[in-house]
This record gives sequence, structure tokens and C-alpha cells, in this order.
Amino acid sequence: MTTATRHKSARRTGVDWFLFFLKFAMFSVIGFGLFAFVLQQIDPNNWLAQQINDDATGLTADQFQGLVIAGLSQGSMYGLIALGYSMVYGVLGFINFAHGEVFMVGAMTGMITSNKLAEAGAWESNFVPSLLFIVVLAILVSTFTAVVMERVAYRPLRGAPRLIPLITSIGISFFIQNVSVVLLGPGAKSYPDLPSWWTETQSIWFLDVQRTRLLVVLVAGVSMAVLWYLVERTKTGKAMRAVAEDKEIASLMGINVNRIIVTTFAIGGAMAGVAGILWGVMFRSVVATTGFLPGIKAFSAAVVGGIGNLGGAMAGGISIGSAESIAPLIILEPLGVNGASQLRDAVAFAVLILVLLVKPTGLFGERLSSEDRA
Amino acid sequence: MSDTMNDSPATRSITDQDWRKLVTYGIVTACTLIFIALSNMPVALDDFDLIADRFTLGDLSLYWLLLVIGVVVGKEAVLEGMATHAKGARDVVSGAIAGVLAGAGLSLLVILINNFELRDPLVNWSPQTLEKLSVGGSILSGVLLWLVIGGVLGAIGGAMHILPSRIRQLVIVAAMSVLLVAILETVLSDISESFGLEPLADIVYAKRGGLTIVGLLIVAAVAAAYSWWGHAPVKDAKQRFQAMEGPERSRGNLIAFSIVAVLLLVLPMLVGGIVNELLANVGLFVLLALGLNIVVGLAGILDLGYVAFFAVGGYTTAILTSPNRGDSWPDWVPQTNWFVALLIVVVFAAITGLFIGAPVIRMRGDYLAIVTLGFGEIIRLLFLSDWLGGYTGGAQGVTNIRGVNIFGLATVRGTDPQAVFYLVAVFCVLAIYVSWRLEHSRVGRAWMAIREDESVAEAMGINTVNTKLMAFVVGAVLASFSGAIFAAKVGSVFPTSFIILVSIVILVVVIVGGMGNIAGVIAGAVVLIGVLGGPRQPGLLQEFSNFKLLIYGALLIWMMLKRPEGLIPNVRRTRELHQEEFLQDAWLKGEIDTGDEPDDMGEVAPA
Repeated sequence: MTTATRHKSARRTGVDWFLFFLKFAMFSVIGFGLFAFVLQQIDPNNWLAQQINDDATGLTADQFQGLVIAGLSQGSMYGLIALGYSMVYGVLGFINFAHGEVFMVGAMTGMITSNKLAEAGAWESNFVPSLLFIVVLAILVSTFTAVVMERVAYRPLRGAPRLIPLITSIGISFFIQNVSVVLLGPGAKSYPDLPSWWTETQSIWFLDVQRTRLLVVLVAGVSMAVLWYLVERTKTGKAMRAVAEDKEIASLMGINVNRIIVTTFAIGGAMAGVAGILWGVMFRSVVATTGFLPGIKAFSAAVVGGIGNLGGAMAGGISIGSAESIAPLIILEPLGVNGASQLRDAVAFAVLILVLLVKPTGLFGERLSSEDRA
Repeated sequence: MSDTMNDSPATRSITDQDWRKLVTYGIVTACTLIFIALSNMPVALDDFDLIADRFTLGDLSLYWLLLVIGVVVGKEAVLEGMATHAKGARDVVSGAIAGVLAGAGLSLLVILINNFELRDPLVNWSPQTLEKLSVGGSILSGVLLWLVIGGVLGAIGGAMHILPSRIRQLVIVAAMSVLLVAILETVLSDISESFGLEPLADIVYAKRGGLTIVGLLIVAAVAAAYSWWGHAPVKDAKQRFQAMEGPERSRGNLIAFSIVAVLLLVLPMLVGGIVNELLANVGLFVLLALGLNIVVGLAGILDLGYVAFFAVGGYTTAILTSPNRGDSWPDWVPQTNWFVALLIVVVFAAITGLFIGAPVIRMRGDYLAIVTLGFGEIIRLLFLSDWLGGYTGGAQGVTNIRGVNIFGLATVRGTDPQAVFYLVAVFCVLAIYVSWRLEHSRVGRAWMAIREDESVAEAMGINTVNTKLMAFVVGAVLASFSGAIFAAKVGSVFPTSFIILVSIVILVVVIVGGMGNIAGVIAGAVVLIGVLGGPRQPGLLQEFSNFKLLIYGALLIWMMLKRPEGLIPNVRRTRELHQEEFLQDAWLKGEIDTGDEPDDMGEVAPA
């Protein structure tokens, strides 16, 4: 952003004062909410806590632990989706809005195949191979979707004004959503029941975690490790980083830029496919609009972690997931907002806005070429 | 593409085909057709007769692609300095081959549906689809039929290249007119009824809907006659009009504008309740689209949370005029009539515009899009939440909103769509005037400068922050007008009326019509909202209700790829979008100066 340098010299305008006030207000809500939460935790009936919210109850340790784990597992899923946004942004410099839809396509593929497997009886008896099978299938279908998307819609637009691919990606997102509606029907569709062993809790150290959530975090971690190896240790990864830095010079160095861009989309698609299956395993229900909110939140995660920065995307995902899970109950609820958990999506967006206001380069710094940063 | 036969280029033999292209196009079309068939379009649209008892919209949904593929495979990119080929029997054959390949897709689908059961994931893998595809006959005849239909339609499409351009134009005009007259049946029969021309309508339209054969012939003949004799004079007149300058031009504009205005005033009286309802909906979306046009089209800010302003307008009106509003409001919040409420709505919308605009104004374009989208969602979630439920009614919304009482003379509410239309029309005229004046004002030029290059605009001394905020506020106020009328029309507001979908549909309207062009935006709203329908409002073709969003998505992609300037483009915007092509053209022609009026824009898709 060019504004960061301008700020220092230019005098403060009305907008600056407004932004200052807005940041101040947001931070004071957070601070005051946390203060109220701490008061309530000490004793819900003390005088000060009563003044802030007279039907305050506070959270039990179990509740809090549940929130943190839910936040972490959901966050690692956001992180996986965010990788796709971050990589594409790093290479092409635009937001692929339709990436959330790639995730939805993965989840839908998993729904269809897992139901077929359940009909055949394989889901219950051979859960792990079945799961592996649907993961592989979802990866294939999502990758295919992402690659077709790039070929049909984005490649012809390379070099067009920035607004154009952005609007196209909104169109694609809208289109894929509605393709799913007309082909598979608008209603919610469910995954088959998991074998009971998976829904029980596992205690690790002092935590009691539901095994599916554990699975989600583990799979996300493994995918992240594979991706890290791919980007940092292989030749393709090196080429990818080169393309992200400067497309023209990369092609002068003998890198096939088109192929690298397709690879980037493919890898992002594969990660989204994995995330789709994890979503299915965790929530066991998919709708055509499933991709929309997680997609936006994953984008927020990518921004929070610093766009173009892969480790940042994962960390950002976990931050957004935890924030939307915990913040309504430790910040809004203590302030007397009833039904605070209804506002979890609003909280996720508020985090995005706050980060963009305070530190637009994200918590861990962007990794973009100077041309994209403009 | 032009079919100029300069220097008698060589004809190619029938076997000299570009097989790779044919197969690729054929397979892509086959897949698209299979998708269309599985989306249930042929069955769902079967209720709408285009030609009575013979040809329905459902049939059209399958046939049109076969015709189009025939035309497309015969096309050749005309490049400077490359040899062109004369069109001949070869193109008919290539059209037929591609058509057969595409038709084979449907044949395959017939066999698959007949032998496999995939109804579990694919809801439209049904006997009805099979029946529709096998055209009532046996499976074998259905399979063969599609190959034949594909071949014939593809050949017809290919044959279009051989026709002399004047005849081709005639055929196209006739076919399009027939389609248009058939689709506009409700409107046209209403109009003819109010002119006492029922006998004519009875000849043209069958009782159960659709054109009669006689009607088909009449319409085709009239259209063909127009194309043959009337086209040149009309084109002349148009050119004369465009060549006008100064006071003459503005007088011409005024006359054109008055004619349109009188037509608009008279139209609602001529048509029935259903069409009036449609007109009112179109008006609401015109108002919204004009507002978004200022933000996206003029200032180049992609605001995806535009629905937030619509919601603020609707809710503010609801709260100020409904006795059923949430019970947490203190007594000093007044219950007023609609016009007083409107003043407060404007203030609120402007404040919301500033509030949403200020934080996002300095972000880069794509961040801005997603953050405004976030704001749109936050506002809807707040209206929906229990927290503010005492004020906004939560999921139950605010009901029992009183209509617009016009000085005790009349009350405008949803039961009287004609009155709503006139009310909307007044605001649309206001919005058009404001947009038009703004576009040619200092602020408008500043917006366009920012759209084209923000850094340069800033260097030229434009205060980019304030100018962009201004666009936000103007857009917000126009959207809030629409929201206020919407609340009075429907009589209730719910959070579900203000989902993100609304923002996207408005964006599609603006982009399809033509970003930055007032006439384009209005045309976009009439065509899309009027014919296909809005996010929740049915359009003229109610059968499309399940498919319109799909079509909007596809349209958005297609427009961006092929014609980003929209149907009715804004000259300056077009130049911006096709800058590279203009430069290339100029380079080819040996001109250094690119300031000439380009007349072949849109011929070549952006590379």
C-alpha cells in the first residue's frame, strides 16, 4: 500500500480521525469485553460484573476447552482453504473468489461417494480406506475444477485491468454454486454416520478431544507439511516462487509460466478438496452455499496471515477459527450481548476489517512482488 | 466476423477440415448439452409454448446450442496479412459434423439414463428427462433422432456463412423477432387488448399460449420486410442523429427522452397487473443499479456489500412507519409518514455510506471488494440477531409497514403495483438526472480519473479519498431510496430480503448492461430483472425461476471474457478495457497517435 508512506507526512484528514476512532472503539470493545470476562470468571456475582451484565454466568473450564478445540479444528480447515487463496494471490495477484466453491465441490464429491460407499457397506467396515478413497477422489475433482477454472476463465484475462478477473471470479463462484443447485438439488445433503469410535473423545494429556476433530487437525498438519516440502524443497516450488516474484523474468529464466500457474491452481484445489472432506467429516452436512462463508473466512485468514505467505495462511486460519469460536463468548457475551454466538460470522469479518485497518500486510508479512503490492 | 470476399480467396474442399477444432467444439457442446438436460431445463421450461403445441422453450434450450455450434465452427479469425478462405459447402459439412458430435452427447445421455440409475446424486436423472429426450418415441429412435437433429441444425448453422450478408441478416432478424414476440406474449396481448386489438392478438397467439402458425408467419414476414426495406432508413436516421452536434444534438436528446418518458407513463395503463408488478420490480432494480453504477461504473470501486444500503433504507423506513416495529424503541422515535421517513432514510444511508466507505477507501481493489462484502453480511447478521431483535424484529422482521400516503390523495402500496411503478419511476428519473449531471461534472470526471489510474489522479490534484467517499455516499442514498420504496411496496422487511445475492444480481445487471452507461444499466435491468427475474422476484418467464441465478453467473463470466464493456458500452470505458487492442490496431495501420475513433471494437476478444 502506498498509503503507509504517505501517512507520515500528510496531515490528518477527517477520514484519518474516523479510522483512528474506529480502531480505538474496536480495541476498547475487545479490552472491555475481556475485562468483563475476567471479572465474571472470578465471580459472576461480584458487583462490577453485575453492573456490566446482570445475568452473567461465566464459562466453565470444559466449555472453554470445547470452544478452543472447535476453533482450532475449524481454523485448520480455514487454513487449508486459505492456502489456495494465498498461493493464487502470490502468483497472479488477484483474489480467486471462486476458491470457496472448489472447496464445496470437494465436499460434495465426498458426500456422493461416501453415501455410495455406505450403501455398499464399505463405509462402516473399512472406514480408513474409504476415507482415504474419498479424500483422493475429492482431491482429483477439486483439482480438476480449479484447473478448468483457470484455463477457461482466468488465462484469457491475464493482463486485463484488475477489476475484470475479480468480477469474473465472482461470476464463477455464483455459477458453480448454482450448477450444484440445479444438478444436485438445493437442499442440505448429509454424509453417512461415522463409525462410533470416531465420534468418541480421546484424551491427550489434559485435553479431551473428539476424535474427528483430532483427525481434522492432523490431516491439516500433514497437508501443510507436504505443501511446505513442495514449495520450499522441490524444483517446481522454486519455479513457483520465481513466478510469484516476477513473471516476465521467470519466463526469461526458462520457466514455463503457464504451467506453473496451472500447478498453483491445482495445488490450491487439492488443498481445498482435502478441506472439503474434513468439513464433511466434521459437520456431516453440505449445501450448495457451503463454500461461500468458509471461502470468505479463509480469505480473511490469508490476509490475516499475510497474503502470499503460506505459513501465515495456516496461522491466520487458526486465528480466525479460534476468534470466531471464542470471541463471541468471551468478548460479546460478557458485555451483555444476548445470543452472541449468532454473531460468529460477523466476528470473523470484524477480525478481517480490524487487521486490514491496523496492519494491512497481515500478522506475518506479505510475500508479494512489488508490482502486486501496488 | 466479416465475410469479405476480397481477391476471390480460394474455396476449400469438403474434406479439408480442421478435425481437432471440430472434435473439441463438438465435445464441449455435447457436455454442455448433457448439463442442460440434467439441469432439468428442458422439462421445466416445457410449459412455456413458443409456438403453440409444437415448440416450447424447453425444446429451445436444447436446440439453440446445436445451431450456435454450427455457426461457430465455420468462423475463422480474420487476421491481418493471413489468407482467408471463401465460405462454401465445406462450412456446412463442418457445421454438420460438429452438430452430430454434439447431438451424440444427448444420445449417450438417453442410453445412460435408460440403463443406469443415478437419481441419488443427480436429482434430474428422471423418467421425465428421458421422455423429453427421446421425444416420446422409443429409446433407439431418441438416440438416432439426436444425431440427425444435431447434424441438421449444425448444417443450418454452417450454411449461415454461405448466405449473402443481407439475406443472413434477414433470417436472423426474423428469427429473433419471432422469439421476442413469443416471449413477450403476456405484455403484447395486454397492450393489444387495451387498444381493442384483441382479434389481432387472437390470430397471432394461440389460446393456450404460444404463437400460432399464422402468427409465426406474420411476425416473420413483418420482420423480414423491415430488415429488407426498413433497415437502411433507420440506420441513416441513427447516423444523422449521432452526427448532430451542439444545440441540435441536445434538442434531439430531449425529444428522444420525452418520447421514452411518455411511453413509460402510458405503458402501465396498457398492461395488466402481472406486468405492472414486473415493471415495479424492474424500477426498484434500476434504482439500485444506477446507484451501483456510480460506485462501480464511474468510480471503479467494486462494492459487493451494496445490499447493505438497500437494507438500511428498507429497515429505517420500516421502523419509522410501522406500528409493528420492535418494542425496545424509546417513545421519542417517531411514527411518521413515508415522506418524512424518507428524509431520515437519506441521512442514515449517507452515514452508513461514510461508515462503510471510510475504512475501506484506501484498501486495494480486491481487499475492498471482500471487506464491503463482509460489511454487507455484518449488517444483515445484526438485523437478524437476537441482540438487536428488540429493535429490528430479528428473523420475524418488521411487518405491517404502511404504504406511501401521497398528501391524502392516494396510498401507494404493494396491492397496487401501477402506483408503485409510478412512484419508482419518479425516483428513477431523479436518479438518472443525478447520475447524468454527476457524470459530466467535476466530481464525475474525478471519479473516472480515479477509475483509470488512481495514482495519476492523485498526482493531478484530486483528493482521492473524499472523491471516492462521495461515490459511496451517492450510491448509498440511491440504494436507500430503493429500499424505502421496497419496504412500502412489500409491507414488511425481513433479513432474508437483504442477502448478498442481491448485491451480486445488481452487479450482474450493471455489468451486462454496460458499466458507466446510464442507458446500458437501465437496459440491463429491464432485460434481466424484467424477463428472468430478480433474486426473489419472478420475471416474465417464471419458468426460469430455478435457472436464473445459474444464467446470471454464466452471463457474468461470458461478459467479462468477451465483452467487458457491456451490451451498451460507455465509449471511454471501452477504450480503457481494450487499450491494448487499440494500440495494436494503430500500430498495424502505421499510426502513432491512438486518439482516433475506433470502430471495430469488440470484434476481437481480449487476448
